[in-house]
Amino acid sequence: MSGIVRFLTRRRGGKGWHWTDIVTWAWLIGGLLVMFGPAVWLVGSSFKSPAALAEFPPTILPYVTQKVTVEGYDKPLDLYEATLEDGSTAVLAEVRRIGVVSQMVDPKDPGEIVKVNIAKRTPVREMSFATDNYTEPFTHFDFVRYLWNSVFVTVTATLITLVVNSMAAFALSKYEFRGRTMAMLLILATLMVPLSVIMVPLYSIVSALGLFNNLWGVILPTVATPTGVFILRQYMLTIPDELVDAARMDKASEWQIYWRIILPLTAPALAVLAIFSVVWRWNDFLWPLIVLSRKELYTLQVGLSIYSGELNVQWHFILAMTVVTMIPVVLVFIFLQRFITTGIAGTGLK
Amino acid sequence: MGHIKLTNVKKSFGAVDVIHDVNLEIEDGEFVVFVGPSGCGKSTLLRMIAGLDRPTSGDLAIDGKVVNTVPAADRGLAMVFQSYALYPHMSVRQNLAFGLENTRMPKDEIAARIAEAARMLEIEAYLDRRPGQLSGGQRQRVAIGRAIVRRPVAFLLDEPLSNLDAELRGSTRAELAALHARLAATMIYVTHDQVEAMTLADRIVVLRAGRIEQVGTPLDLYNRPANRFVAGFIGSPHMNFLEGTVEAAGPGRSVVALAGGQKLELPSTGMAGARVTLGVRPHHITLGRSESSLSAKLTLVEALGAETVLHADLSGQKILVVAPGQHDLAPGESIDLSLAAAPIHLFD
Repeated sequence: MSGIVRFLTRRRGGKGWHWTDIVTWAWLIGGLLVMFGPAVWLVGSSFKSPAALAEFPPTILPYVTQKVTVEGYDKPLDLYEATLEDGSTAVLAEVRRIGVVSQMVDPKDPGEIVKVNIAKRTPVREMSFATDNYTEPFTHFDFVRYLWNSVFVTVTATLITLVVNSMAAFALSKYEFRGRTMAMLLILATLMVPLSVIMVPLYSIVSALGLFNNLWGVILPTVATPTGVFILRQYMLTIPDELVDAARMDKASEWQIYWRIILPLTAPALAVLAIFSVVWRWNDFLWPLIVLSRKELYTLQVGLSIYSGELNVQWHFILAMTVVTMIPVVLVFIFLQRFITTGIAGTGLK
Repeated sequence: MGHIKLTNVKKSFGAVDVIHDVNLEIEDGEFVVFVGPSGCGKSTLLRMIAGLDRPTSGDLAIDGKVVNTVPAADRGLAMVFQSYALYPHMSVRQNLAFGLENTRMPKDEIAARIAEAARMLEIEAYLDRRPGQLSGGQRQRVAIGRAIVRRPVAFLLDEPLSNLDAELRGSTRAELAALHARLAATMIYVTHDQVEAMTLADRIVVLRAGRIEQVGTPLDLYNRPANRFVAGFIGSPHMNFLEGTVEAAGPGRSVVALAGGQKLELPSTGMAGARVTLGVRPHHITLGRSESSLSAKLTLVEALGAETVLHADLSGQKILVVAPGQHDLAPGESIDLSLAAAPIHLFD
């Protein structure tokens, strides 16, 4: 504990504040707010009721106006703290509002109606988590179905990505052949082609192959990634060629060299690519939206878009389900982040 | 069985010829050392024998069969690499077993071979460790063990001792020699260290710029170097070379004027007037005045205890003398050198 305090209060200027200390703190706190703020707002808002979401100014935490059941009234009434004419304050329940005047009753003594100007009352608020936002979609909405589709697409695509890209990287790093550099450059050049450019031709290919409305139509076009080939190739270049020579002397076939020597040694780079691939595939929206038009095939990201209809958007469900869809990606990052840092440092990629 | 024959072997990388017409025959059970300065093509030659590189032209035969197109795995050779090239993600045991598993050998046979090699190399204690947990010397043994378990036709060793410290290198060298005696297998050993070559080899192959300069037993090369390069390469400290001109050539006796003016009488040389280079080993020069002695000025004295290495200036030419015992000499002093008892090599 004292170590943490010492760490946090450590300053460059010794006892005083050096200007870099101030810049550092400002930068770090600012960064924390910019990076973490939206995530906190998302999680907080996912527990708000639709009414609380529409409130202005918005709050981080989900507050609702406290309600109370008063004798003689069917519906629960909102509670307010009102300033009375004599200057005292009391907690009253609002019966109805007429213009700028609110008609209120004391919950304990509901007979007498008190008129209060609406400017002179503030709602009594309490934190309330609208867990319905989470439970409702699981019952009314095919969340489990979409989740399964997303998991299937992500896992399958990632596995195929790892195998296919590492094979390409192995050939491009450990074999000498004419046009090796050219092949690598061509692969890297495809990084410059965005999905929107190749969407239409890709669609006709997928459709011609009969993969339209099929999860494989989502998986297959995405598995060969130039980034993946590049990361793995750069890493494999650092594996000494003598190991491959030694394996050859040991009567290993080319497949065995790849599978038993190169792949295990490429594990850190494979972990990085796996993380990237999981995040990419999990968050994919446009391509699955194009290929999948049957509801039962939707992935989570496509499924979520159901909540934004033409006329109204059910933000409370969207926010809650967004939080749920974020969980796997966050977990992947938490558990594999050390591979990201070591692996990225090793591959020379930023 | 480990007879290897190279006939007119050439290798070029693009337009660069790195091996020119090498002809060499290695007998079964022989310990042959390829020695030469770095970049002379000795490793390339070894890799071609191993099958890791293909010769551009020429034939390579193992036990009478041309193996030019036979892949490395099927040549029945084993190689020890300079970096050892142990598989870092496998235990020592798995490293040793990998080559055997690939030949679909029964498990108990693999275990027996590993046990035998481990006993021979005293690596039993760390069979379950990873290479990263071993010291350099231990890794080196594992690398040799990986070759031994294969029971190869011949062992190819590419500078196996260069990553060890001096002391370990000495002891491992002795162990390698013992291993060769025990296995009686053909071994081809690449090094740039002439001491390793001299101590280990049955025959040494001296290479320079892709050409064989001389092949012979270590003492052959030491006593009868074919040219100045071999003479300078073999022997430590290396041979002195003195430039001079033949002044008078008589039958069985001639006089050479060394650059700088001093004269030296020799049993016989070439034609009068010819420019020659005399080679004389530092150990063969004796200190002391005689009628034919040369005078030189000391520039540096290295006292090693058992012997003293004297660096001297002989009328503008550098000369190195190794005198047995300890001498009370200081730089700047004049010394007299006698070459009377020294075998003198003449190079054109």
